[in-house]
Amino acid sequence: MKSLEIERRIKYESEVNPDFGKEIASMTGGEDLYSCIQCGTCSSTCPVSIYMHYTPRRVIALTRAGFEDEVLTHNTIWLCASCYACTVDCPKEIRITDVMYALKRKAIERGAYPRRFPVPALAKEFYNSVHRSGRSNEIHTVTKTFLKTNPLKLFKNAAMGIKLLLRGRLQIREEKMEGAPAEVRELLDAVRQKRKGLEQEAAKTV
Amino acid sequence: MKYVYYPGCSLKSSGKPYEESLLEVFKKAGVEVEELGGWNCCGATAYMSVDESDAMALAGRNLALAEKEHPEGRIEMIAPCNACYLVLMKAKKQIEERAHLGAAVQDAFSRAGMTYRGEVTIRHPLDVLVNDVGLDRIKELCTRPLKGLKVACYYGCQIVRPYATFDDQFNPMTMDNLLRAAGAETVEWTSMKARCCGGTLTGTIDSAGQRLSYIILKEARRLQADVVATACPLCQFNLECYQGSMRKRFDDDLEMPSLFFSQLLGHAMGIKRRKLGLQDMLVSPRKALKACEA
Repeated sequence: MKSLEIERRIKYESEVNPDFGKEIASMTGGEDLYSCIQCGTCSSTCPVSIYMHYTPRRVIALTRAGFEDEVLTHNTIWLCASCYACTVDCPKEIRITDVMYALKRKAIERGAYPRRFPVPALAKEFYNSVHRSGRSNEIHTVTKTFLKTNPLKLFKNAAMGIKLLLRGRLQIREEKMEGAPAEVRELLDAVRQKRKGLEQEAAKTV
Repeated sequence: MKYVYYPGCSLKSSGKPYEESLLEVFKKAGVEVEELGGWNCCGATAYMSVDESDAMALAGRNLALAEKEHPEGRIEMIAPCNACYLVLMKAKKQIEERAHLGAAVQDAFSRAGMTYRGEVTIRHPLDVLVNDVGLDRIKELCTRPLKGLKVACYYGCQIVRPYATFDDQFNPMTMDNLLRAAGAETVEWTSMKARCCGGTLTGTIDSAGQRLSYIILKEARRLQADVVATACPLCQFNLECYQGSMRKRFDDDLEMPSLFFSQLLGHAMGIKRRKLGLQDMLVSPRKALKACEA
């Protein structure tokens, strides 16, 4: 039976984060957020919008209006498979796929993503695997993701995994890059810190 | 002309048949390649979701490594995986266009004994085979043409979007032209060629992801294709390895061989099956290929 309890369906201004839109617009990919005309081309061209809590068009509207929780904790940004269909179709040439990436990074940075949702878990496991060995390792990344989110899936995919193993198309031993992964980590740290420094300096002079 | 070869992680694992067949085809076609020493993962879509600087520097390191190995002149780097291809191109663009990122990369890389000069052009094998080797030469090399074989050429997303560098964004044709030169017939299916296969969603959100792959396979079957040809290890994986799961999920007896385009091309060039990884496929292409040999 439908609940007849009365709920407020809109938010008060004091409940949104008024700076959220500007924050995202300052990130790589978000630059053109404010030129969106809300035409909905992105939502219609997106092959997974039918599964999304909010369509891409609505995510842009919500972001600009400061609805941080709605945008970061729902499934939309994590369902984006990076097919770039919206990006090439957008009449205002907004790189919507990159807006989604910016929102994903914000969600991970804030720890705001849905915990048992496998997509952000996979992104983090992939990141950790490359951090460790310089290479991505399919079997390790996938196993860890499923263990953390839905262990049942390991059984569901076991038969396929065995077939691939027998054909030499999965490597149990962790593939490692030639050379030292630690050097890559140091290099990435150095780039990140230097860039942060440069950006902070630039912000001061504005 | 010698190319730097950037295989990417998948070609050493689930996409092994792609590497095996591609290197054989290159050998036949006189495309000289040398694997980049010390290469690392491109970061794919996952790194961009976690940290942007890390993502760009990680991919950029491969470009700088190639420049270190070849300190003079321009470098052509072949990236066979769609994701690697896009990420390397994106990194190049960002490093060259975004001042702070570019300066940070220059600074950190030079302290690690590398410089980033921006001399690398990233190429996909389809581009190299069609535009550098040429269709006439390919035709000459195909001594065992794929006569009567009907192929559905599936390009995937990331070699045509967002940057369309060597093919049409909405109706790509390079793979069609290659396989036609190899004697095959290709189906007309503009709406499916570059439609998303689901990417990693086939594993994570399987109900949504596998449906996307299923739509593509079903359309290939409706058009009476004998095989689907792909140009990306993830597309190939989705279109082949999840067929068992799709059969149950959609109550369908679907069975469509999904190969790498290089396996078909190699077969037409008379290269032995074993050398093309054809025995390592989950959906056997034996019947389809036998029919075209007869």
